Amino acid sequence: MNAPMPTPLNVRSLSFVRGETLPQMPPPDDVRLSLSRRVARTYFGSPANAAITIGCILVLAWLLPPLLNWALFKATWTGNATACREAGGACWSFIREKFWFSVFGLYPFELRWRPGLVLALFAGMVAISVQQRFWSIKLIYAWVAALAVMWGLMGGNVLGIPVPGLDPVPTRLWGGWLVTIFLAVFGAALAYPIGIVLALGRRSQRPFVRLVCVCWIEFIRGVPLISLLFIATFIVPLFMPTGVELDRLIRAQIAFIMFAAAYMAEVFRGGLQAIPKGQYEGADSIGLNYSQKMRLIVLPQALKITIPAQVNTFIGMFKDTTLVLIIGIFDFFTTLRSSLGDANWLGFATEAYVYAAAVYFVCCYAMSQYSQRLETTLNEGQRR
Amino acid sequence: MKNWLMGIAAVGAMLFGTTVAEAGRDLDQIKQRGTLRCGVQGPSNPGFGVPNAQGVWEGFNVEICRSVAISIFGDPTKVEFVPVTTQSRFPALTNGEVDMLSNNTTWTLTRDTGVNRFNFPAIVFYDGQSVMVPRRLNVTSAKQLNGATVCVQPGTTTELNLSDFFRQNNITFRPVVIEALDELRRAYDQGRCDVFTNDFAALAAQRTLLTNPRDHVILPERISKEPLGPTIRQGDEELTNLVAWTVFALIDAEEFGITKANVDQVAATNTDPRVRRLLGVEPGMGAAIGAANENWARTIIKTYGNYGEIFDRWLGPSTPLALERGQNNIWTKGGLLYAPPAR
Repeated sequence: MNAPMPTPLNVRSLSFVRGETLPQMPPPDDVRLSLSRRVARTYFGSPANAAITIGCILVLAWLLPPLLNWALFKATWTGNATACREAGGACWSFIREKFWFSVFGLYPFELRWRPGLVLALFAGMVAISVQQRFWSIKLIYAWVAALAVMWGLMGGNVLGIPVPGLDPVPTRLWGGWLVTIFLAVFGAALAYPIGIVLALGRRSQRPFVRLVCVCWIEFIRGVPLISLLFIATFIVPLFMPTGVELDRLIRAQIAFIMFAAAYMAEVFRGGLQAIPKGQYEGADSIGLNYSQKMRLIVLPQALKITIPAQVNTFIGMFKDTTLVLIIGIFDFFTTLRSSLGDANWLGFATEAYVYAAAVYFVCCYAMSQYSQRLETTLNEGQRR
Repeated sequence: MKNWLMGIAAVGAMLFGTTVAEAGRDLDQIKQRGTLRCGVQGPSNPGFGVPNAQGVWEGFNVEICRSVAISIFGDPTKVEFVPVTTQSRFPALTNGEVDMLSNNTTWTLTRDTGVNRFNFPAIVFYDGQSVMVPRRLNVTSAKQLNGATVCVQPGTTTELNLSDFFRQNNITFRPVVIEALDELRRAYDQGRCDVFTNDFAALAAQRTLLTNPRDHVILPERISKEPLGPTIRQGDEELTNLVAWTVFALIDAEEFGITKANVDQVAATNTDPRVRRLLGVEPGMGAAIGAANENWARTIIKTYGNYGEIFDRWLGPSTPLALERGQNNIWTKGGLLYAPPAR
């Protein structure tokens, strides 16, 4: 069946068409100003603006020189702690000395090429995954395969099967950036689907399903993450049958996933409730069953509108990973705190915290920027 | 929160019977596993236990662990270091995550006897809360500090000991309470308080970071007793003996003048039966404590030296911490270290 071609608009049939162009007008005042006038107007346009500008300049003039002096001009880039103390500025050679420790943690020194390779593989996978054109079921298979390879490289075994040629490295020696990234990424990846299921379960018509989901969400949200980690680390082993030993890092990872899933569930529930009733009824009226209705109509909209809240949860979770010190695992931040206790490098806490802040900021800012881009491209239809 | 969590772990442990005492059980388990799991202070503790840039644990407490591993296995590398925090150390020991804590845990009555039921086989470091003051104040005793402002960390026993001490001596103080040790030191350095209090070893570490370390003195009073030593679960006499005698061997070696450099020569030439028994030249002691072999003490000394050498390497005057031996000298030199004889 062919749809009829739309008829082109016949211009001549209209009663009035302007034949000549209107005279050129100067641009309105608020565009096309010269740079100097624009600056003058923006920063000194009113007495209040002028006061704010001058105030800010004074604050900067007061803060910047000592800051730059400390961070750059008097800083020490190579040399030992004594050289740092004499120079009096920031001691970046301390960060330089501890840099690889902060990347790899307690991982055996001579085997560090393995986590290095894992980081490279991980970066490659992330680079592929952020591009929408690669989004398909194959990407999930690729991640599962990549995860197995990463795990094999790191630990020297996959699900208990030793990888020939690689020495086993127990998870308690994993550390640094790797642990932080692993916990955050796999925590988020698994918390996402579980969170959706929990959110749907909480709105379910079946009392039992609803009860289970409500209990999970409310229990986890009512308990601090650190006590969940404590339970996973010290209480769970007491309940396990003798001889069964679940790895500590995995126990912590499970605690993270459960925690993040509960929070994600509430985020998704907010999204589900924000979808107008008409969408549900519309789906019902065209005869979709429950799973079709959710999959095709409701969830795509609910997930889209909750992107800012999802990213909020992920960023929070990323920063919470540092609590794994409680189970004796040295994540990125803990490696730095640990380096502060090196008797040869005592007293450079500020440098360590600046470095940590920079790394966390880069990661969180990247997440935030990516989510905003995603929001724009996914929300094409609803943009105002 | 600490007590609450420890309580849960302890109750769990009791319900599920993981602390049922059987002689030699822990030691058997360690031997079967092939490694000693040693709890060290995380993230780190200057001089006592710090991972180096290559991620290898180093320090005074670390070498105590490795010495115990030599006694058990004859091999200092058969140790797994498990970082524990002040909150997680006792649950970790109770549920078997670690076999031994070597993280500056103070030996107290309740820790020895309470629900946790730990054993403290030996003391390796006599610490105690001390006070530091600027030299220009000309103070020679903490009792002269009436009305002083004191920089102190909140919520620790440090704060409690401090107020106890001032109350006992009927003098008053004004606390300046700051959580982070770095900030606290800065406050003291800038003169916001007259007195800086902490445990002696920590205080000495902080002193090195002051603008002019020489202008400050740590007063001789110890306003609390903090005997620190390796901690194990109660109920394994064999392991207790082994840990205790590992420490005693280090102390006895210093008393006899046996060092890392001369241990082989001493073993070959010394005629003192006490030395010959300790070094396994006359066998029997190793078998008696259940060590891997008769050379246990000799291997330890050959690897790490005697107590004094370990102390000097990590805490002594040549290190940035520059601790004096003080109470941690052997008894013949005015300290408190006194080990029973090996016979």
